[in-house]
Amino acid sequence: MPDLAIVLPSVLNGLTTGALYALVALGLTLIYGVLHIINFAHGALLMLALYAVFFLNVSFGVDPYLALFIVPPLMFALGYGLQRLVITKASHGRDENILLVTLGLSIIIENLALMVFKSDTRIIDTPYSFEVFEIFGTFLPQPKVYAFIGAIVTAAAFWLVISKTDLGRAIRALAKEPKGARLVGINVNHVFAMSYGLGIACLGVAACLLLPSYYVSPHVGQGFVLVAFTIVVLGGMGSFVGALIGGLIIGVVEALGGLFLGESLGQIGIFLIFIVVLIFRPTGLLGHKV
Amino acid sequence: MTGISKNGGLGRRQFLATTGAAALGLGVTGFPAVLRAQAAPVKIGLIHPVSGFIAFSGTQCREGALMAIADINAAGGIKSMGGAMVEAVLADSQGKPEIGAAEVTKMVDAGVAGIVAGYSSAISLATSQEAAKSNTPHVVDVGVADNIVNRGLKNTFRFSPGYGACAASAVDGLNAINQASASPAKTAMIIHEESVFGTGTANLLAERLPLIGIEVQDVIKHANPTRDFTNIVLQIKSNKPDLIIPANYYNEYVLLARTMRQQRIEAKGIYSVLGGAASNYKFVNEFPEAADLIMDCNHWFNPKSEVALQRKAAAEAKGLVYTYEVFLAYNAVLGLVDAIERAGSTDKEAVNDALANSTLDMSFMPYNETMMVDGQNTGAAPVITQVQKGDIAVISPADFASAEPVFPISG
Repeated sequence: MPDLAIVLPSVLNGLTTGALYALVALGLTLIYGVLHIINFAHGALLMLALYAVFFLNVSFGVDPYLALFIVPPLMFALGYGLQRLVITKASHGRDENILLVTLGLSIIIENLALMVFKSDTRIIDTPYSFEVFEIFGTFLPQPKVYAFIGAIVTAAAFWLVISKTDLGRAIRALAKEPKGARLVGINVNHVFAMSYGLGIACLGVAACLLLPSYYVSPHVGQGFVLVAFTIVVLGGMGSFVGALIGGLIIGVVEALGGLFLGESLGQIGIFLIFIVVLIFRPTGLLGHKV
Repeated sequence: MTGISKNGGLGRRQFLATTGAAALGLGVTGFPAVLRAQAAPVKIGLIHPVSGFIAFSGTQCREGALMAIADINAAGGIKSMGGAMVEAVLADSQGKPEIGAAEVTKMVDAGVAGIVAGYSSAISLATSQEAAKSNTPHVVDVGVADNIVNRGLKNTFRFSPGYGACAASAVDGLNAINQASASPAKTAMIIHEESVFGTGTANLLAERLPLIGIEVQDVIKHANPTRDFTNIVLQIKSNKPDLIIPANYYNEYVLLARTMRQQRIEAKGIYSVLGGAASNYKFVNEFPEAADLIMDCNHWFNPKSEVALQRKAAAEAKGLVYTYEVFLAYNAVLGLVDAIERAGSTDKEAVNDALANSTLDMSFMPYNETMMVDGQNTGAAPVITQVQKGDIAVISPADFASAEPVFPISG
């Protein structure tokens, strides 16, 4: 039985870790909400974004937080291009083809990364990597606190874009009624690509906030994708607020599971939640589509 | 049968026999030496996890093995086989034992003379088991589980120490450092990864540390990969052990060390056993502050050997970080090729016999004389290193030490 005095620090840490998971899941839920596809390339694209942050830092001295102005736009462009030039063309509009195409993309990207970047684990050192905030006697690493704030701001920004802008209205229209949207003159291919681009740009944000406290290697994305899928299901597919809340819940469950069940069994809680949600609330906590 | 065909010419068989004999004769006596030296290459299988969660270490192993092959070929190949060149057959186990075993099958079909594998204990167990079915000589480069070599497989050999020897050396070395200290450690926590290597090492340590007066407060196992170590570090903080003993792979070690620093953990020492990063120049160079004064009982080269230092320089000239994976894989290839050299053929039985009787000169390692007992080189031993002033120094045993231990680091 662990010391109860470490339960509060563990919960606080779980919240910050959960925020990072939520950042990865936000893009995934947007892509699912609009394109109705499970993006298997999500982890591989997160890895690419992490490498972009890494090389900007070591080659040009760009701080990961300043890279927020560079990497998300780059990832957006990559996502937009992938959707228009690869996924749409290779899938011929069939959902099962899209799944295979994104799976294929993930394999290609990871293996190319292995060839180009080698299997080296790479880490950056920033002036704040080891700095902490002391909250209720708990040391919270500064990068994790910034990631927590970043996740909330990103979720809010996504919500604003989707609910208050013309693009958001077009995305929602396309999500609910693709044929109707096409009939009223919405450029379906463009909006699909914008949605995919925004989802991948979110990975750019996640990478900038993640790298100061984590590492990058060609297979790093795999560790996050399964958790992100769980969060999307828990929060409700296509729901940004759901993804944020889901991420925080998963973070805390993982932390407490590790504390009380042991670190190697801690993740059982995550998958128990996954199963319970699928049985009792298949639409997720805030389960409505965008 | 005269061998003359009906049309008066030579028969096909006679022609083949005559030209074959002539070619053979010329081969022995008449062809230039350079052509005679082109004996059929000897294939050696290298199976490592060059993708997946332990890809960094697997790639390091592969690089080390390839360096050994390049050096052997540059020195004239296998002389007892007419200067046959050694040819690497590469395979990726992806960090999965079953894939490693499947690669063994392919390699045996491809006619390899022996196999060097497989970095992790779990993979080495699977590859050696599979190789045993065809009696193919198998040299384990890094895998430390003791049961890799004590299962009675006649084809499986290891030139480096297993975790039994490492745990024993770690405890003895720690006892000596502790006894010499003004403020000895009395409690410890062991943090280990969940596979055969981490669990086996942790079990041995938990058994032996109380015998030298160190109470083990807790043993925490973690998964590979683990994304966040805060929970574990909070438990360390709560227990306040004098010593923290990690036994895990590189990525997890780095995250653990960083988190300990973030959470302001203060202990008398961090004493790794086969720690993935504590004896790694990459970790020391990237995080000199987090790495400072960490001790590690691990594989290491003889810092007083010219040969070892030359190999280190050669690896670094190739852009490699000279980690233990590099030199252990190098040594494994060296041991296997030495056996083929002495056997004078690739006959599996003969090569296995030669391996079992190996007396390979390994003075470039901090080992005693090579002597194989049940496939294990009993001369092999780890050393204790400590990160001091941004470098890795050997602090024990005294014969190989380049610095004095700094202990305790606080308290």
